[in-house]
Amino acid sequence: MALLQIDNLTVEFETATGWFRAVDGVSITVEKGEVLAIVGESGSGKSVSMLAVMGLLPWTAKITADRMLFEGKDFQKLSPADRRKLIGKDIAMIFQEPVASLNPCFTVGFQIEEVLRIHLGLDRQARRARAIELFKLVGLPDPAERLNSFPHQMSGGQCQRVMIAIAIACDPKLLIADEPTTALDVTIQKQILDLIMDLQTRTGMGLIMITHDMGVVAETADRVVVQYKGRKMEEADVLSLFENPQSNYTKALLAALPENATGDRLTTVSAFFDGNPDQPSGVNA
Amino acid sequence: MADAITAKTPEIVTTGQMRRQMLKEFWFYFSENRGAVIGLFVFIALVVVAVLAPVIAPHSPFEQYRDAVLRPPVWAEGGSWSFLLGTDPVGRDILSRLIYGAQYSLFIGLFVTTLSLLGGILVGLIAGYYRGWIDTVIMRLMDIILAFPSLLLALVLVAILGPSLTNGMIAIALTLQPHFVRLTRAAVMEEKTKDYVTAARIAGAGPIRLMFRTILPNCTGPLIVQATLSFSNAILDAAALGFLGMGAQPPAPEWGTMLAEAREFILRAWWVVTFPGLAILITVLAINLMGDGLRDALDPKLKRS
Amino acid sequence: MFGLLLRRLAVLIPTFLGVSIIAFSFIRLLPGDPVMLLSGERVMSPERHAQISAQLGMDRPMVIQYFDYLGGVLTGDFGSSIVSKKPILDQFWALFPATVELSICAMIIAVALGIPAGVIAAMKRGSIFDQGLMGIALVGYSMPIFWWGLLLIILFSGTLQWFPVSGRISLMFYFPQVTGFMLIDSLLSGQKGAFSSAISHLALPSIVLATIPLAVIARQTRSAMLEVLSEDYVRTARAKGLSPFRVVGVHALRNAMIPVITTIGLQIGVMLAGAILTETIFSWPGIGKWMVDSVFRRDYPVIQGGLLLIAAIIMTVNLIVDLMYGLINPRIRH
Repeated sequence: MALLQIDNLTVEFETATGWFRAVDGVSITVEKGEVLAIVGESGSGKSVSMLAVMGLLPWTAKITADRMLFEGKDFQKLSPADRRKLIGKDIAMIFQEPVASLNPCFTVGFQIEEVLRIHLGLDRQARRARAIELFKLVGLPDPAERLNSFPHQMSGGQCQRVMIAIAIACDPKLLIADEPTTALDVTIQKQILDLIMDLQTRTGMGLIMITHDMGVVAETADRVVVQYKGRKMEEADVLSLFENPQSNYTKALLAALPENATGDRLTTVSAFFDGNPDQPSGVNA
Repeated sequence: MADAITAKTPEIVTTGQMRRQMLKEFWFYFSENRGAVIGLFVFIALVVVAVLAPVIAPHSPFEQYRDAVLRPPVWAEGGSWSFLLGTDPVGRDILSRLIYGAQYSLFIGLFVTTLSLLGGILVGLIAGYYRGWIDTVIMRLMDIILAFPSLLLALVLVAILGPSLTNGMIAIALTLQPHFVRLTRAAVMEEKTKDYVTAARIAGAGPIRLMFRTILPNCTGPLIVQATLSFSNAILDAAALGFLGMGAQPPAPEWGTMLAEAREFILRAWWVVTFPGLAILITVLAINLMGDGLRDALDPKLKRS
Repeated sequence: MFGLLLRRLAVLIPTFLGVSIIAFSFIRLLPGDPVMLLSGERVMSPERHAQISAQLGMDRPMVIQYFDYLGGVLTGDFGSSIVSKKPILDQFWALFPATVELSICAMIIAVALGIPAGVIAAMKRGSIFDQGLMGIALVGYSMPIFWWGLLLIILFSGTLQWFPVSGRISLMFYFPQVTGFMLIDSLLSGQKGAFSSAISHLALPSIVLATIPLAVIARQTRSAMLEVLSEDYVRTARAKGLSPFRVVGVHALRNAMIPVITTIGLQIGVMLAGAILTETIFSWPGIGKWMVDSVFRRDYPVIQGGLLLIAAIIMTVNLIVDLMYGLINPRIRH
């Protein structure tokens, strides 16, 4: 049984000019302990499908799928209350802007202990002890003092560590990381990435890494899904993807990497679409 | 493979075309808000009524019909068609007084808003542009004015100057000024640091030209919104002063003054009280609806693309 | 926090001095002879004029007179009323509790109804509830409140006879004032029916006074809530699996309240202005009515002193609101 199985997911948004299809018939499967990377440019819908699973989309979104199963449980049939028992506990998500993702009015200690109280029912002492333990785990110095800090007093990297701590607080089976390092300094990016991979190896949780950076894909993923304009272009294990890409779009993405540039000019992705980006040549299901 | 990049000469757009384009865009956002459009139409209707008052009003607002004192409106028992909304305690036709009252209210709104707008912009420009001690003094002065509730200040000023409509309007304009000063000053301080102002200054623009031609046109959005707010506040405050006897003096058909005269008759003759207040409410409501629409259309932060 | 307090005071003190200068010059700005205006005597012989002039210190330089006045103010001497001959400060304290009681009741109504209305309107954005609520709010603050009060009197006191028209309590009851707050005093007096009489007298004026703040608070809460609900940290709260009540009531509300508290503070000033009209209509014996009556009676020392006192009260309230704002918004504190 797969950890997460999504079949034929479509997400549409109601806009002033009609329905906009952000995700178009995408199917994604993640096995226990597997690292899946979803890669694509901005607007490819890679975050939207995961937000749909977590139930974080606004009410203007229309979500349809043949199947949305987590550990065999059908998400589409769950009541909102039952779904909330899983979200934040067995499935967790971290986001791109760590400082903005934390509530500025509460201490980070409050924000992590909240999860421990509501999902695990720990009492005050147990919560505090576990919070300190988690902060240590994610590499925050002076964890006991950190509990009383506010998000605006901490750097982006530190806030992302807090977000990771909150996400793994209840030992989730699946962690979804939506561009976790994009908003951080280059030097911190590597640290955070290493932290996430380290935690994944230790706990054996499934990890979905959403990114636009092929370098991150190469370093972290077991399998890769390539998305473009809401559609899945290609799916392969990471080695096959890099050595032998099937889809033209994947080829374009790889060619656009600065290290793959030949000659004086960098290759652009649009160069491969013959001026018609809506109809890419060589579409793979 | 890659398509050739053909050089395109940029279209030359005249100022007139740009203005028309901005107007079109403005109307697109404004008209999305049904309330705002309704407010606009009601307001236009009011202006028409005020302008055509001598033509539309069935009677003179000052003529007292001694034999038709406190007549109820036409649909109630004892009403008549010659006094559609009834008569007041001295026999004047309420409908005619309401119609002429529109002239008062619109004039009050216009006068007060213009006064506080011009004064506020001038002071705000100076404060925001020159900064330093002039700025501090001006802002402290504004804080002092804002330390008082506006009606109280207006009341006291009228006590000094003497109760009349003109004095009331000046007093109200003074209490509304600080809002414009603050807005203008904040906008000027923000724009001053921007590159286009520096560029203009390097090109040799003097302070006056910088203030009025370069910076001010970019601050108009919030100013317009504040102006509509001041318009409606002016009407309400002037009516309040009239109600307290410190604004337009009887027998002027100002809506607030009409309410003051009617006060002792509220339990006997409800129509003397209801209609003038309703007129105020509808006018202010229309302006506030427009103000809401203007804010949605002009404030770039709230714009939906 | 202390630093914040000091900084605010540093701004407040010059402002207060400025207000006192204006209050002081007020009498000198009036048309007419200040000596006659201050003493209230219409006709004076030259000797009497000189006598009063010396008594009031009018023959000294303006600056000395100002500092005299300021000194008096700081020790509690605001002069005496021309009409009643009583010290102004005493009169103020006698009437102030009535205004405070009315304002507190009105503010409670405005906040208790306005904030939930704004929150629900934001959560159900675009629905009939939202549009209806905001429509009512718009009417609420477009309303001339003196007219609204008269309408309510016609309806509730005249037609339905549910509520009385004026005063703070029925004339049947008399008891000594302990706190100055009729609600508390009537309970303390132990007289039957006193408390309910006090409440029924408070009902209409509070509703009228609460109308505009209610509308403004509802609109402000809604727009603040809408902004907050689209923030990243609300998404995080949802991603933690928290119930909608907790997401809105704890995470969103705390942040949305920050601008709303400022609005509530500003509404205090509006209330004092509104109290002028409300108190006049309902013959409520508070500060507002006192000022209006003084303007009519040309009781200039009262106008001068009342102005200063009211400004001081508003500045104090604004200071408290500022400090509370600092408490709620951690970013300001540090």
